[in-house]
Amino acid sequence: MKKEEALFKYLLRLADDSLILGHRLSEWCSKAPFIEEDLALTNISLDMIGRTEALLTYAAVVEGKNQTADDLAYRRPEQNYYNHLLCEQPNGDFAFTIARQLFQSTFEFFLYSELLKSKDETLAAIASKSIKEIKYHLQHASDWTIRLGDGTEESKIRMQKAVNELWMFTGELFEMDEIENALLKSAFAVDLVPIKIQWQNKIQQILTEATLIVPEDDYMQTGGRNGIHSEYLGHLLCEMQYLQRAYPDAKW
Amino acid sequence: MGKDTQLNIWEVFIQSKSGLPYIHAGSIHASDEKMAMQNARDTYTRRGEGTSIWVVPSSCITASNPGDSEMLFDPSNDKIYRHPTFYVMPEGATNI
Repeated sequence: MKKEEALFKYLLRLADDSLILGHRLSEWCSKAPFIEEDLALTNISLDMIGRTEALLTYAAVVEGKNQTADDLAYRRPEQNYYNHLLCEQPNGDFAFTIARQLFQSTFEFFLYSELLKSKDETLAAIASKSIKEIKYHLQHASDWTIRLGDGTEESKIRMQKAVNELWMFTGELFEMDEIENALLKSAFAVDLVPIKIQWQNKIQQILTEATLIVPEDDYMQTGGRNGIHSEYLGHLLCEMQYLQRAYPDAKW
Repeated sequence: MGKDTQLNIWEVFIQSKSGLPYIHAGSIHASDEKMAMQNARDTYTRRGEGTSIWVVPSSCITASNPGDSEMLFDPSNDKIYRHPTFYVMPEGATNI
């Protein structure tokens, strides 16, 4: 595989995580428990979609086929989406949304901290803008995890249930394949082996403070990085891509 | 009016630039200081309005009673000598 090809796919992986989870968070708009939280979740959503735009704009340049960031977002079929399965899981209740965000934002915090040092200057520049936002996302998710876990009987049950149900989607976060290994060699990408340990320690610390139980590793879902998704992504894309599919090249 | 079930109310003050006064921006709901700070940030500083935030539980603010406003504020109406308008501005100065 040529280096451009590998980099293109790597950028799509990063972009798809933030686009799909950003879209999921946008589904809370007008439905959050109260208005301040409505704003918080949609702010995080906009941060993630903004990061996606930077990543896809660069991906389009790397690909060199005259596509735009919008083409990549709105015209790619499900099998060519490479987000983690974690990101496409439906919102569930508020605790479920928070647990999903905690797992992904913790992962992104360590990943983007390393991407700051990427030899690819554009990627390092995107990381330096994103890391400030990600720090806030992680703070928001960990504060809520602790508040709900160490809260009422009901909130504790819901928070633990969310953590347990999402645990099987966390193994995939640390998979390395030939694409990432090749880019790691040229110091473009990040080694996920040490990230896994950092992630485990951080999650252990937050869940312990939240008086929650860290689940045992059991069967782990996989496939997202290769375009094999759960039944939820297709429906999400149906809604997200509707306009461009129904009215290609529509303009305001 | 029904009971407010959306946590406690906090008043938010935003400083737009270092050195300038904190100005009341509005209020938010939150259960604790940390949440109050985050909610204030998300509600009132999304468009670059601020560089610093104060949050204060509304219950900690003592407000003047509207019924006392004549007693408190009217006496200053006819004391124009309290305004520094009788000084001659030195030539070239824009502020004194």
